[in-house]
Amino acid sequence: MNTNTIASQSINKKYFSVAQKKAMWAWLFLAIPIIFFIVVRFYPTIDSFYISLTKWNIVQDKEFIGLENYIRLFSDPVFWVVLSNTFEYLILGMPISLVLSFTIAYNLDKFKFGHTFIRACYFIPYLTTAVAMAWVWRWFYQSAPIGLFNNILIELGLEQMMFLRSTEQALPSVLAPAIWAGLGFQILIFMAGLRSVPASYLEAAKIDGAGRWQVLKEITLPHLWPTIVFLVVISTIGFLRIFDQVYNMTLDGQGGPINSSRPLVLHIYQSAFADFEMGFAAAQTVVLFAILSIITFIQFKLMRRK
Amino acid sequence: MKKMLLILLLGLIPMTGGAVEIEYWQYKYDARVKAVDLLIKKFEKQNPEINVKHVKFPYAQYRTKVAAAMAAQHGPDVLQLYYGWVSDYHSAGLLQPLTDKYITAKEVDEQFYPIVQSMKYDGVYYALPTAVRTVGLFWNKKLFKKAGLTRPPKTLDELVEMSKKLTKRDKNGNLTQAGFAVDVAKQYHHWWREVLIRQMGGEPYTNNYQQVNYNNEAGAKALEFLTDFIKTHKVTESGFMDEGQAAFKSGRAAMYIDGLFRIPTFKKARRLDWSVAELPSHNGIKSNVSSYWVNAVTQKAKGEKRDAAEKFIAFLSSEEAMQVWIDIVGELPARTAAAQKKENVEHELYGPFIQGLGYAHSTQFKSEASQRQVLLNAFDRVVLQGMPVKEALTQLADEEQKILNK
Repeated sequence: MNTNTIASQSINKKYFSVAQKKAMWAWLFLAIPIIFFIVVRFYPTIDSFYISLTKWNIVQDKEFIGLENYIRLFSDPVFWVVLSNTFEYLILGMPISLVLSFTIAYNLDKFKFGHTFIRACYFIPYLTTAVAMAWVWRWFYQSAPIGLFNNILIELGLEQMMFLRSTEQALPSVLAPAIWAGLGFQILIFMAGLRSVPASYLEAAKIDGAGRWQVLKEITLPHLWPTIVFLVVISTIGFLRIFDQVYNMTLDGQGGPINSSRPLVLHIYQSAFADFEMGFAAAQTVVLFAILSIITFIQFKLMRRK
Repeated sequence: MKKMLLILLLGLIPMTGGAVEIEYWQYKYDARVKAVDLLIKKFEKQNPEINVKHVKFPYAQYRTKVAAAMAAQHGPDVLQLYYGWVSDYHSAGLLQPLTDKYITAKEVDEQFYPIVQSMKYDGVYYALPTAVRTVGLFWNKKLFKKAGLTRPPKTLDELVEMSKKLTKRDKNGNLTQAGFAVDVAKQYHHWWREVLIRQMGGEPYTNNYQQVNYNNEAGAKALEFLTDFIKTHKVTESGFMDEGQAAFKSGRAAMYIDGLFRIPTFKKARRLDWSVAELPSHNGIKSNVSSYWVNAVTQKAKGEKRDAAEKFIAFLSSEEAMQVWIDIVGELPARTAAAQKKENVEHELYGPFIQGLGYAHSTQFKSEASQRQVLLNAFDRVVLQGMPVKEALTQLADEEQKILNK
């Protein structure tokens, strides 16, 4: 309200130059999202730092307990399992999804026939609700004669696999649909990047007799650098925050069996909304915040270098 | 002028001296909403001076919403709570005790099932249920008949024997029909705690559920019994058909233990010919587990609102309300007399659950979700990783005690 009246008064008095007025109007329009962000994003973020220092179950009053939540967190073996799961999702998911999507985009770019249709096929999973997809995959993983994958394995004369009911296979099994769902988006971005590689460079290289690999290595990939960095950042954050698939595919949304597929975000959710330990949950979000900040910072540094 | 004032005053009288409005919160579940709407209508007819506003939230957010609203003092006058939450709300001073005006503590002690007594603090009740629920053994009549069996198992030994006869595999050895579906994430964790351990001669907790007491012979026998269905008897598989209820509903599991709230689910399944039996006994010991929702007056209700709130709760805990509840929602009356009515006891589906009520226990959970999770982990360690039962049990006792000590 205040800014509004000040702005209109100042415009009436014609004290400011056109450029200043423009800036003021810009700030006026920006004020709404800024206020929104401060109230809905920044304030809770800062508040969660304080909550992480308290013991709080929502119903009773907050009790200040200093760093106790952090001490408990770091001495909790489940937390370390969960943290390593989180990075496993990232370390497996990010490179696999990028290599797959680049390979598909690179080859898709090479031909015209049925191009739009195939691209749509890759993009549809991205538009599908993660929850619905997770449940379909959950049934795909069932043991024979119910589950699709195990029936295929038997047809091929192979042993059945436990998939979601195994402590070793659960995490990759949950990850697979997550990668698959994200492919469409990454392919689209890669294709846009590939289109932006100047055709003259490619032609010049061809005339000079460069092979396909050489063109890819020397021209295409360097031109795609900003695209790659963008996708690395986005998918890193995405895999570090994986939740929907795990929550919907594992028994009772617990990230099991025996915490073997439980990521940090699910652990936070369970601490907060199943155990109602808000302070403990907030301490975990602070840790996740720190991890995400550090990784993003490093990635932006890398991006600026080239 | 004077006339006008008079008319105005007259017009105000029914508004100020008349209706008291109280707000009632519960979670959204069609049958419960229908039952409460009907009960409010009856209550308002008996008490024209009181209006009850019925507010409901989706179940998934109910707990969070109630907790946040109550802490911010934006809650209702009368609140429906899960029995396990009451101790937190009571110790936070968010509830008011029920005075003896409409229902006395003595009446509750004498006429309600004893499980309700955990709602009593220092001799005063803070909350009362309309209905309670227990668990029972669902059995598929058609599959029993095909296997040449005529009745459900009465003992644990019979349960094992019959489940073996009811298991079917295809030519590749794949399980196509489970004799007995085991789903620890559902009611089986209660079955283990309050039923199996007691039947093996143990007592799951001591010191008012503050201390685990199952890391012994009885606990080991109980965990072994539960895991053996998969490991030794092979009458089901871990995660068979994803969920036990799905397996039973689709006719791929012959027996399945669950709460009576599952009745409507199975009723909807066409071509499923099923019934319910009491939980099997062992060593002559019968046990069951009960959980329930209660109504409480919040700190917000003052003066005549508090009085109206108490009156409403007393009505919700009357025999009349309980009959409405069992007819519409299908949950058991919390009063012995109402439950023991002939038509209820002899009811094919409710009967076995009512029998169970007589010897049921209610676990005082610190965090039901976490305590269930550690048991689920112990179960998986034995079944999936081949850990010896005793080792898994020791670890479980340790982990659960940590939760209780929090």
